[in-house]
Amino acid sequence: MHFEPFIIPFNLGLYFILIYAVTRSIIWFRDLSRSDKLRLQRGFFGKAFGQSLKEIFLESLIHRKILKTNFRLGYMHMSLAFGWFLLILFGTIEADIFGETHLNAPYKAIFFKYFNPDHGKTFFESGYSFLMDFILAFILSGLFLAVIKRLSPKALGMRKTTRLKTIDKIALTSLWLIFPSRLIAESLTSGAYGTGSFLTGSLGSVLASFLPARAVAYPFWWLYSLSLGTFFVLLPLTRYLHIPTELFLIFMRNSGIRTGDKAGAYSEVQVHSCSSCGICIDQCQLNFSAGINHIQSAYLMKAIRNNDETAEIAYNCLLCGRCDQKCPVGIELSPIRMIQRRSGESENNYINTWKGYFRNRQNLPLQKLTSGISYDFLPENNPQSADILYFAGCMTHLTPSIKNAMTTILNASGLKWSFIDEKGSVCCGRPLMLAGQDKEARELINYNSQIIWKSGAHTLVTSCPICYKVFRESYYLDVEVLHHTQFIRNLIEDDSVKMNFLNKRVTYHTPCELGRNSGVYDEPKEVIRHVARLEKTDFDDKNSLCCGGSLGNIKLSYAKRHQIACDVTGKLTKCDPDCVVTACPLCRKTLAQATSTQVVDICELVAEAIVIPSAKKNTKYNDLRVRESAGIL
Amino acid sequence: MDNFGFAISKGRQIDWEANNRKVADFIRENEPSFKLCIACGGCAATCTAGNFTEFSLRELNILIHRGENTKPRDDLKKCMMCGKCTLICPRGVNTRNVIFVARKAYQKFGDYAF
Repeated sequence: MHFEPFIIPFNLGLYFILIYAVTRSIIWFRDLSRSDKLRLQRGFFGKAFGQSLKEIFLESLIHRKILKTNFRLGYMHMSLAFGWFLLILFGTIEADIFGETHLNAPYKAIFFKYFNPDHGKTFFESGYSFLMDFILAFILSGLFLAVIKRLSPKALGMRKTTRLKTIDKIALTSLWLIFPSRLIAESLTSGAYGTGSFLTGSLGSVLASFLPARAVAYPFWWLYSLSLGTFFVLLPLTRYLHIPTELFLIFMRNSGIRTGDKAGAYSEVQVHSCSSCGICIDQCQLNFSAGINHIQSAYLMKAIRNNDETAEIAYNCLLCGRCDQKCPVGIELSPIRMIQRRSGESENNYINTWKGYFRNRQNLPLQKLTSGISYDFLPENNPQSADILYFAGCMTHLTPSIKNAMTTILNASGLKWSFIDEKGSVCCGRPLMLAGQDKEARELINYNSQIIWKSGAHTLVTSCPICYKVFRESYYLDVEVLHHTQFIRNLIEDDSVKMNFLNKRVTYHTPCELGRNSGVYDEPKEVIRHVARLEKTDFDDKNSLCCGGSLGNIKLSYAKRHQIACDVTGKLTKCDPDCVVTACPLCRKTLAQATSTQVVDICELVAEAIVIPSAKKNTKYNDLRVRESAGIL
Repeated sequence: MDNFGFAISKGRQIDWEANNRKVADFIRENEPSFKLCIACGGCAATCTAGNFTEFSLRELNILIHRGENTKPRDDLKKCMMCGKCTLICPRGVNTRNVIFVARKAYQKFGDYAF
C-alpha cells in the first residue's frame, strides 16, 4: 500500500496547477489575433520550435542573461530553476528505476525517500543518492542567496529588490520552505534507516543520534507536501506564474509575434512572464539618480497583474529604454507602458476575475480624455521644391546654435535644400504620442506629411532624434529620413565638405531616442572621430544614460530632472574632456544646465571644423543669423 | 439709443460667486509646481501652437487661477505637448503636466467637459 494522507495537499496543488495552466494557455491562444495564431502555429511546427527549446533551456533554466548581468543573482535564479528541474527529472528517473513499478504517479518521485527508505544501500544506489543530494545542495545554496537578498540586496550586487504584497510573501515563504523541509524530512528518514548520501545521510545520522527520527520525519513530510501544495495554488496569483508563462512567451516571440499598440494576449503573456527579478529597478536612472523607486517596470507589470491604478506609474518614466535592453526575459517593457498610457483611448481592457485567477478582456465605455482637440488653426503651407528638406523641430528652435550650425553645413554642402520650418515648426507629433494621445498626433503627422510630399524632396534631414524616430516609424513618407549625424557622415564619405581636425578631447552622450530607440550608434561617433578626439566613457552605446530631460516623462519635477542631468554630466566629464558632445537639442539643453563643461551638438562641432573657401563671407552671414534668431526669441 | 461710438466697459472685477476654482485646486493638487508660476510669459513666447494662433499658457494660468474656465477649456485643445514651455520656464514649473492635468480636470468636472 503506497498511500499516505500527506500526499493529498501536493496532489491537489499539482493537478490544480496543471489544469489551470492548460486552461490559461487556451484562453491566451484564443485571444490572439488571427494572424498571430497563424504565426504561432507556423512557429510551432517550424524552425522556431528548436530555437525556442534552446532558448527555454538557456534562459528559463540556466538564466544566461541574468548570469551575464549579475553573476550572484544569476546563480540564485539558476540554482532554483535549473536545480529544481534536475531534481524533478532525476527524481522521476530514480522512482522509475528503483521503484517497484515503472511509470509512477508524480508523488512517488517527489516522496520517493519516504516510500523507499531502504534505498541507497547498494553501490549504484548510493551513487544515485549522491547525485540527488548534490542537486539538493545546489538548490539550497541558491535559496541561501535568496534569503540574503531579501535581507540585504547589496550583498547580491543589487541596489534594490522588489517590494512584496502579503500574498507574495505567503507564496515566497512556501517556496522557501519546500527545500529545507525536504532536506530535513529526507535526512530524518535516512537517519532512521541508515541510508542517504553526504548531505541527507550525514545530517540524518546526527539528527537520529538524539531524536526519534522516524516519528519526527513524518510531520516534515507533511510540511514538504503542504508547502508544495500551497505554492502551486498561490502560483497564479503571484509573480511565480512567470515559471510556466515564460515558456509560452518564448514560443510566441520566436514565432514572430510582437506587442503592437493595443493590449492583447501577447502583452498579457509578457506581463505575467515578469519574474520581478529587479534588474530593471537597478538599471533605472530614476532609481539611482533621482531616488524614485516605485515606478520601475517590474512594478508596472505587477500593477497591471493586480489590476491596480497604473496611471501614476505609467506616466512617470523617461522611456529611455534601459530596462528593455536589460530585461532577462525579453519583455517589451516600453511598448507595454505605452499601452497603459493609451488605455484611456482604448475600448478593450483586461480586468481580473475569479479573485485574480483569471483576467478577461472586457469592453469598457470609452472615456475620452481629449476629444475635441483639433489643430485646424494651422496655416496652409506651400513649401519650396527642394532635393533635401531640413526639419529643425521644436527643440532645435530653442537651441538656435544648432540651427545655425546646420545652416552652415547645408550651405557648405552645395546641395539644393530647403528649411521647412524656418518660421517656427509644427510639432512632429511624438510628444503627443508619448502622452498617449495618438489620434491628436495623427493630425500633426498628416499636416507635416503634406508639406514633405508637396516639396518633392528625396531626403529629409532632422536635428532632433525625437522627430527622427517619429518620421521613420509613424509617417508614411516616400523620402529617406536622416538624422543630421547620418547626413554629415554621408557628406564626409562623399568627401563633399572639407573639415579641419580640431584639437579637442570630447566625450559623446548618446541620446536615448537616437541610440537605443532608433539604433543609430555608429554614425555620430564616426563624425566626431573625424573632427575631434573621442574619449571612451563607461556609458557608451547600449549602456548610455538619459539626460533627464526626456519628453517621455510627464510627471517628473524640474528638481529631479536636474539631479539626473548632474549625475549624467558628472559621469561623462570624469576624464575631464574639453566638451561633451551630444546629438540631440533636448539633451544639449538639459545637460548644459548641469555642468560647467561646454556641451555642444555634433553639428556645432562640425560647423566649427568645416573649411569654407570664402570663410569671411560666411561668418558675416552667421552673425546675421544669430542676431535674427535672437530677435525671434 | 444713439450710437456714440463708445460704451461703458464691462466690469473687470473677479466674481467669486460665479467663478469656479475647482479646476485650479485640482491642478495644484496634482502638479504642485503650478503654484510657482510668476506669469513671466516665457511659455507663451516660445509656444509652438502660439506661433500660429492665439494661445497663451500665461493667460490660461491667470484665468484658471481666477476660476474662469470657459476660455481655458477651449484653448487647451490647441496645445501640442511639445514641451518647449517646460524647458524655458525659469521657475521650473512642469507646464506639460499642468496642461495634461488641466485637460483631465475639465473632463472630470462635468460642467466643463469638452
